[in-house]
This record gives sequence, structure tokens and C-alpha cells, in this order.
Amino acid sequence: MFTKILIANRGEIACRIIKTARHMGITTVAVYSDADRDALHVKMADEAVYIGPAPSNESYLVVEKLIQAAIETGAQAVHPGYGFLSENAEFCRQCAINNITFIGPPVEAILAMGSKSAAKTIMANADVPLVPGYHGDDQSPELLKNEADAMGYPVLLKAAAGGGGKGMRAVYSAEDFDSALNAAKREALSSFNDNIMLVEKYLLKPRHVEIQVFCDSHQNAVYLFERDCSVQRRHQKVIEEAPAPGMTPELRQEMGAAAIKAARAINYEGAGTVEFLLDSRGDFFFMEMNTRLQVEHPVTEMISGQDLVAWQLIVAAGEPLPCSQEQLKINGHAFEARIYAEDPDNDFLPATGRLSLLHPPAESSHVRVDTGVVEGDEVSIYYDPMIAKLIVWDTNRTRALARLTEALSNYRIAGVTTNIGFLYNLATSNAFSAGDVDTGFIEHHSDEIFRQREEDINYAAPLAASAVLTLRQEHAATIAQQSNEANSPWHLNNSWGRPNPTHTLQIQHSQRTLCANTETDLSHSSIVTTEDGFGLFTPQGYFSCRELLPDLGVDDLDTDSGNLKAPMHGTLIALMVDIGVAVKRGDTLLVMEAMKMEHTVLAPSDGVVTEFYFPAGALVEGGAELLSFEDHDL
Amino acid sequence: MSVINSKISTKSAEFAANVSAMQVQVDDLKTTLAHISQGGGAKSCERHISRGKLLPRERVQGLLDPGSPFLELSALAAHDVYGEEVPAAGIITGIGRVSGQECVIVANDATVKGGSYYPLTVKKHLRAQAIAAENNLPCIYLVDSGGANLPRQDEVFPDREHFGRIFFNQANMSARNIPQIAAVMGSCTAGGAYVPAMADESIIVKEQGTIFLAGPPLVKAATGEIVTAEDLGGGDVHARISGVADHLANNDHHALDLARKAVARLNRVKPINGDLKEAIEPAYDAQEIYGIVPADSRKSYDVREIIARTVDGSDFDEFKALYGTTLVCGFARIFGYPVGIVANNGILFGESAQKGAHFIELCAQRKIPLVFLQNITGFMVGKQSENDGIAKHGAKMVTAVATANVPKFTVLIGGSFGAGNYGMCGRAYDPRFMFMWPNARISVMGGEQAAGVLAQVTRDKYERDGTQWSVEDEASFKQPIIDNYEHQGHPYYASARLWDDGVIDPADTRMVLGLSISASHNRVIEDTKFGVFRM
Repeated sequence: MFTKILIANRGEIACRIIKTARHMGITTVAVYSDADRDALHVKMADEAVYIGPAPSNESYLVVEKLIQAAIETGAQAVHPGYGFLSENAEFCRQCAINNITFIGPPVEAILAMGSKSAAKTIMANADVPLVPGYHGDDQSPELLKNEADAMGYPVLLKAAAGGGGKGMRAVYSAEDFDSALNAAKREALSSFNDNIMLVEKYLLKPRHVEIQVFCDSHQNAVYLFERDCSVQRRHQKVIEEAPAPGMTPELRQEMGAAAIKAARAINYEGAGTVEFLLDSRGDFFFMEMNTRLQVEHPVTEMISGQDLVAWQLIVAAGEPLPCSQEQLKINGHAFEARIYAEDPDNDFLPATGRLSLLHPPAESSHVRVDTGVVEGDEVSIYYDPMIAKLIVWDTNRTRALARLTEALSNYRIAGVTTNIGFLYNLATSNAFSAGDVDTGFIEHHSDEIFRQREEDINYAAPLAASAVLTLRQEHAATIAQQSNEANSPWHLNNSWGRPNPTHTLQIQHSQRTLCANTETDLSHSSIVTTEDGFGLFTPQGYFSCRELLPDLGVDDLDTDSGNLKAPMHGTLIALMVDIGVAVKRGDTLLVMEAMKMEHTVLAPSDGVVTEFYFPAGALVEGGAELLSFEDHDL
Repeated sequence: MSVINSKISTKSAEFAANVSAMQVQVDDLKTTLAHISQGGGAKSCERHISRGKLLPRERVQGLLDPGSPFLELSALAAHDVYGEEVPAAGIITGIGRVSGQECVIVANDATVKGGSYYPLTVKKHLRAQAIAAENNLPCIYLVDSGGANLPRQDEVFPDREHFGRIFFNQANMSARNIPQIAAVMGSCTAGGAYVPAMADESIIVKEQGTIFLAGPPLVKAATGEIVTAEDLGGGDVHARISGVADHLANNDHHALDLARKAVARLNRVKPINGDLKEAIEPAYDAQEIYGIVPADSRKSYDVREIIARTVDGSDFDEFKALYGTTLVCGFARIFGYPVGIVANNGILFGESAQKGAHFIELCAQRKIPLVFLQNITGFMVGKQSENDGIAKHGAKMVTAVATANVPKFTVLIGGSFGAGNYGMCGRAYDPRFMFMWPNARISVMGGEQAAGVLAQVTRDKYERDGTQWSVEDEASFKQPIIDNYEHQGHPYYASARLWDDGVIDPADTRMVLGLSISASHNRVIEDTKFGVFRM
């Protein structure tokens, strides 16, 4: 076994790896950029090496710096985590050249799975079922479109080198094909420096079920069951669970066998995940194989009782797998919810800011929180905005789900907009309770998940009004305690001597005006203060609320210039129209890239752009005016 | 300290009868106040709202800190006085918290006779200012008034305590750094124009507030100039040209917000007088007061039962419990503030008056505010009492009450008759606040007694003339006197004329006193210099 390893990653996964390494008596070396000088993974590691500026392409993605760090610190092995260089063949190769063990598969396996089209060919040859699709080298748009037309819509465009939803577009009709192709290619190019596209049949109501496999250098291979990661938004996983709801032992065995076949086809070693699409008839198709540890690996750990990072270290050290297939058993049910700094009400736009308050739920044998941040840390624009992974376990799905909703309602984060309320609503929705999931789950159930229905608002309104009083009373009590006459009856917040006022509340996207009733039972709900109001976790969902204050009027000079401002800090990547040329309402005026996602700014009405304030390629502050627009509707 | 052991049986028939008698009076009070709170009536309010203005009570709500208490004062002012309804005398006054500070709020009600000043409107405005001055509370004026009530100019304009005194007070309070803030939310004409002009900071609502010495009709009559109200004295004029207003508000809400901000930046810290403790609820339910106060006002009861339902933890340390027992004196706390309580438990004798004087001296020495619970028919009369010097003993108590320089609070919980009213800190003795229960009565003596005295004088005359006065004639002579005393001694009659600061539900006594005492602590308690005590 190794005595010292370097972790070529940051955030929660770096912390996660350090924990296991420490448990196994292995010394750890962290790496950090300027942005991570005081980060948790740096504090947790035994040593830390500075590797450059905050942008990851100048630090965490620079192979030489990491190799150099490993050499300097005498690390015998490198754990790449996920993302960054975890599936980078060159990094793997450089490790080998420098006599450092890469904790992951052999370089050939990475290369084989690195190109999705090549991977499909290998899988087809190995008899692993595939989704109909085009994986050819001819990338002419006409040919791609013909292939799509032949498969029938919807089709999915995917970057051959892609992952994480980048460079991916679903196309529902032939008319949309060209623009989707262009966008996907552009995103692919900026993310992976490669714009080769695959076209695949887009299955209806498919589920994303993946099999965790493990292989060693002694020809042993096992699968550690499945994870259902169907619940996704923008092709990114939101809640994962194991085992998959409705999975039968027969189907599990069948999929496990297929996954092992896939792994063996490329002489795999270490931890890998074979992703399948499972359709409503129980047919499954190979999607891709991830040659690394997955973000959602903890759900497998929770139901199998195994430490997958420990397994990785064992295998990388050349030892045999700790268990045989027969020894592996499923125990109970686990969920993982990804806590992100993002705004679900604003199309999941990533959020940044300082975590002024961070109180995760208490950890126990049922609740696990994997995180790489502490209170006071910054969620910056440089890296993935994931704050933590909340993992829960219990003896069955119903109980585990109750654990999840309880833990979510006890998660307190301030300073940054998060998706906790969204996750809570997702987890408490009837469809999710029923386990009736597919990859279109969020879109299909958005009414229920976003709690925008009339009935939801009617349910929440009296609770919200009562919460206003509760918060006000808490505030008054705080003020009283801080004053030098806490005893004064003037601190009471019971509207004594005054009529019971009405409150106008914004609840989700609806408004209600009502009197607050202190009799309203809030005992089953919890209130959290948010950036602009408060949130209410109720047995029937999470509601974001705000008391609307009277209109104070506006100064005539303060004019509203529409939504022509940068949605967030990012790079302006393309100006799409020419100055002075007439555009239609809704036309794309420019494209920004922020947090590795593209955002378009649309024409608010028919008109012309009279000036762009920034050139393409400029780095723009969030909220900055981007252009001057002359409205022709007026 | 010692907790009062209540001896009341809440199950008794008498208790139930008392409760229903008091309930009738409290219900009537609440109905009357609810009617008054409607202001100038539906039509008038609709017209007011249609101009984009908030109703005066909504303005007060918007000005106050959300959810904080509001101690409205003299809501019954002008009730049944003018032969026409002038609810609350057309002006809402009270104490409330604005940006965390207790302030006196004076808001004109333009739905009542255009917010014009009746004699009692002036009196109420001046009383609110007196409260501000005595307790060192910032004043916020929400102005919306056409000025003096012209038909009654002789009762409004010329005298010392008339309209002009409002501005005298503003100037003198400002001189003492008692902030004066005005928000002009409607008309502010003639004399009224000086309210914002004399204010330390003034706010005006654009296209709604106007300030001018003479309105367009008077200007036209005087000089022939034709001008709109807005051009004459609108928000833009005063905020941009004349400088009469300091802040221009977009609407009522904005004006209130600006007023709140103005208070927030006053740089005032409430001084803390003495030793404060945590507020503890009384051990007994205040609602039980209803059943304790006898339905028949001539019946006596132990005032300690009221104290037990008013003070913190019902904890009451009596002073000279065994001496002069018709006056109960002792130390307690109300909402954590130390108080000395002086309460009647029967007629005042020489000893009780001396005990009262002693106790008031103690409290003044220690800077402990005094609470008087009045239920007094008077000092003892008769040969023995006069020979024992009841007049000089009474004078000692009156001297002590008059000169004690601590905040004093008076609640009329029963009768308030004759010199008893003086010794127990009646209106003339400048209590910081004075409230009445709906069952209380106030007059120079009881109606029966007054009728008896007058009947005796009349009978003497008949007897000097050698003629007879029949029992029936005497009875019909006495009845109107009794009726008149009853009418004029009623709390509504008293409160309508500002003889007090309001009629309150007895169950609210603790809260009302707590708010008043706390407000009084905005002023540092000074040393007392007593007058000469006749020994």
C-alpha cells in the first residue's frame, strides 16, 4: 500500500479522499490555487502545494504542475477525484512516465471510453446493447441532420468528448436542428476543445440507471449494484438513489452482467460506472462509461457498506478486490441530494457569494454530508457551484425519503441562493414519493415541484402570514435583548392597541393579501430567512415568501432599462447582431458564458442595437449594462 | 418581596354579577371607540381615499414599527360635545414606536370636518405636545388640516392655551432638543402652515400636500392673483423653490418612510433611570378585575386585589401596612420598572394622609415613579377630624403630591371626589398620564351629597321664611342635580373634555401603565425639592 498520495482535485471530493486515506494511514498532499488558499481540503491534508491562479486551466487542469507537485512531495500515487484531470489520458500517461501510480484505470481504458463514438463501437462489438444513433466521423451538418431525420425526432446531440451536460442539446423537430447543432458545437469547443458531435435517438420516458463496477489487476470484476440518477435538470443529476426504484433482482443481474462485459471489453481496472438508459419496457442501452469515481458514489457506499475510495486505493496498489460478487449485499436505501449554489427559479442560474451562514443537518448513521466548504467560504465563479452532497440512508425507500426531507429542511445556508427549497419540493412531491422517475421528471412535474399551483399557494398563504408574525416577534425579542431595557412593553410585538393588519405576501410567483392569525399552526413547518424574505418548509413543500412592502413610488429619473444586463459575472462570447440592424423581439443579441454555461440575452422587443458596450471576449461584471437598445414598439 | 394572596372567589354569584356589570360598560366603551375609529364616516373616507391618500389611522399604522404597541390618547375627545359628531376631535394622538424610539404622534383626520381645529382639537393637540415635553419624546406631526374652525375662532385663536401655543411649544421643544418632525400629507393652511415651517425637519407629499398662509380663494380676494393650490404651495414649490419642506415624498407611504428615517437618525439614546428587572406577569388574571369591582359603586373592596392583578408577579411590599390603613402604599414593579403605589382603600383620615405624604417623600427621594389608584370619596369630615387637623394632614399629602418630581401616573378606578382628587394626584397635579376606568366617576362631590347640600341650603331658606318644603318638592329639586352630577361625572364626559388621557378597559391597566411608565423614562428623573409641610 502507498504511504503518501497526492490528490489532484479540490472541494468535497478532495476532502472525501483525504478522510479515507487518513483512515488507512496514508499521508495526503493537497493542491490549491489562489482561490483555495484557505480551503477546507488544504487544511485537512497533511501537506499542500500551490499550483497557480484561480482559473482551473491555469491550475487544476495543468498536468505538469500536478506531476511536479507529486514529484516534489514524494507522492507515490495520484488520486484525480472526478472532473478536472480524472479522465485525462495525458495525465494518466505522465503519471506512468514519472513512476507515479494513477489511481484509476489504465490509460488505454480512458482512451477507449474518452471518445463516445469509439466507445460505442467497442461496446457494439462486445455485445452491449446500444441506443440507435450516429457515431461517425463525417461531421458535415447535412449528414448529421439526415441521420437525425432518419432516426426520427426527438434526437439528442452530444459532444463526443463531452460530459456533465456540456455540449448537449435535445432537438424536438427538424427546424430546430441547425441552431441546436451550432450551440452544442460551440459549447463543446469551449468546454473540451473538440466539437465532434454524436446524434442519438432520444428515448421517451427513459431512466438513467448506472452500474458501479470495480475491477482489479487479478482478473476480478464485480458490480456494486445500480444507482438511479434519472432526476436531472439541464442533463445534470440532482437527486440520485440506490437501489433504483422498481428494480428487480433479475434485471439488476442482467444489467450488472452487461456492465462487467463492458468493463472487461476495455480491460478495465479500478472504479468505473457504466451508464445505461432504461426504458419503460425494461430494455436498457449503453450510454457511456465513466472511468472514474462518480459524484454520487456515496449512495452505493451507504447501501453496500463499502468504502469505494478504499477499494480504489487497494486496486491501484495492485491488491485484489476486497469482496467477491457473492459477498456483496444491498442493505436499505440511500439518496444523495446535491446542494448547489444556484437559483432554481431563474433557470438554475449558478449563484456566487459568501456562505455567511452554513449549518448542515447533524451527521449520524443516517445522514452524511460530504462538503468542501465551511461557513465564511466563498462560492466563486471559478469552479463548480456545488456546496455539498447530502446523503441519507434508511432501511427502505420511504424511510430514507423521510430522512432526506427532514435533513433538507434542517439545512441552513445564507449568503448564497441555493437549490435546497427546490430539492425539498422535489423530494416531497407525490411523483417522487411514488418512485415514478425518468430523465424528464423535472419538466413533466414542474407544476408540482415548483409549487406554483393555486392549491399550493392557498395552502401556504396563512402559514406564510403567520410566519411573518413569528419572524417579527423573534426580531423584536432580539432587539429587546440587545437594548438596555429588555423589560419594556414597547418591545412587545403583538400589535397591542392597533388593528390586526393585513399582509401582502409574495409566495412563489403569486401574491396574496391576508390577515395573519397567530393561531395558525406552524409547529410542523420551519422558517428560514433568505436573501430577500423567508422560506417555509412545510409538510406540503417549500415556499419562498416575501412580504411586499408598500409602493414608495419611484423617482422619475430612475428609468428601467429592461433585461439588457449581464445575468452574472462571465465572459461575453459572441455578439449575434450588427449595430443598427433591425431585430425582432426574442432574437438573440449576444451570448455570454458564465460558470461554463451559455446564457443568451434576447431582444426585449422589435428594435435595433445602437451600441454594444463590450467587445466579444470581454469579462463582464454581473449586472453590468451590456448594450443600448432602441425600442421600435414605442 | 411578598406575593399578594388573593381572597376573591371567582365562583361566587357576586363575582358573576360584577363581571356582567363591568362587561356592559367595557362593551359600550369598545363599541364607542370602534365607531370613533371610523373617522368622518364612509362617504368622507371614500372621498379621502379617492385622492390617493391613506386614512389617518392607516398613516399612523404605516409610521409605527410593525407589530409594536400603540397607546392612543384621548380617543373620546369631543365626544357628544358639539352637537355634531367630531370623532376623536378630528385628530389622532398617541405614543408609538418609530424606528425603535417612543414618539408622540399627532395626525390630523381630514375626513372629520376637513381636519379643522375645534376648541377640543386644539386642547388635544396641546395635550399631546405636553406629554412630549414632559416625557422628552420626539413629535411627529402628520398634517392634513384646513386650520382653525372659523365659526369658533374665539375659542380657538386668541387665548394662551389656543392655536398659537402649538407653535410656541414646537419652538420650545426644539430648543430642548425634543425633535419636531412634520409630514405634510394634505392641506396645511394659514396657522397650520407653521407646523411644517416650525418643524426641525419637514416632509411634503408631491401633488398632494400644500403649505400656504392663505389659500387660493383668500389670495384672490386679497390681491386678485389667480393661482392653483399646487403652484401656490405644492410639494415641488416647497422642496425646490421655497425651502419650507426638506424632503419631497412620492406618496403617503414614502412620506411615512421618510419620517421613519428622520427618526432613525436623531442620535438619541433613551436614558435608563434606576434598577430594571425582567417583566413578570401577575400571578392572577387581569380579567378578574371585572368581578372584583362591585357593581354597586358604594360597596367597598380591597384595592390589593387590583394591585395583585397589575404588578409584576403580584409582588407588593407594603409600607406601613398596619397604620392609616385606608391608604395602601407600597413598592412593586410594573413591566420590570420600580414603582411606588398609592391606592385608596376607604376614606382618607389624618393618619392615612400623613402616611401617604411620607411614602411619596420616600419615592421622590429614591426617584421611583408613583402610581395612584384613585377610588376616593374624600377626606374624613366632622368635628373630631377637623380638630385633629385633617386639613393640615391633607395639606401635607397635597404638598407632597404637588412637588414630588418623579413621574406620576393616575388611574381612576372608582370615585374621584373633592379634595381626595387632589391628594391622589388628579389632573391639576400634572400626572404624566391619567386614565379612567369606565365605572369611575369624577366630581367635586357625589351627586347625592351635592343634592343634599343644595337641598339643605334651600330648606334653610324655606325655614327662615317660615314656609314648608314638601318631601316631594325636595325630591324633585334634588333629582336633576343628581342626574346632572351623574352625567358630568361620567368618564366619557370627562374624557371628551380632556380631563384625562383616555378611558381604558380595566383589564388593560397593567399594559397601559407599563407603556406610560416606559415612555416616561425617556426623561431623566430629577431631584425633588418639596414645599413647606405644615406640621
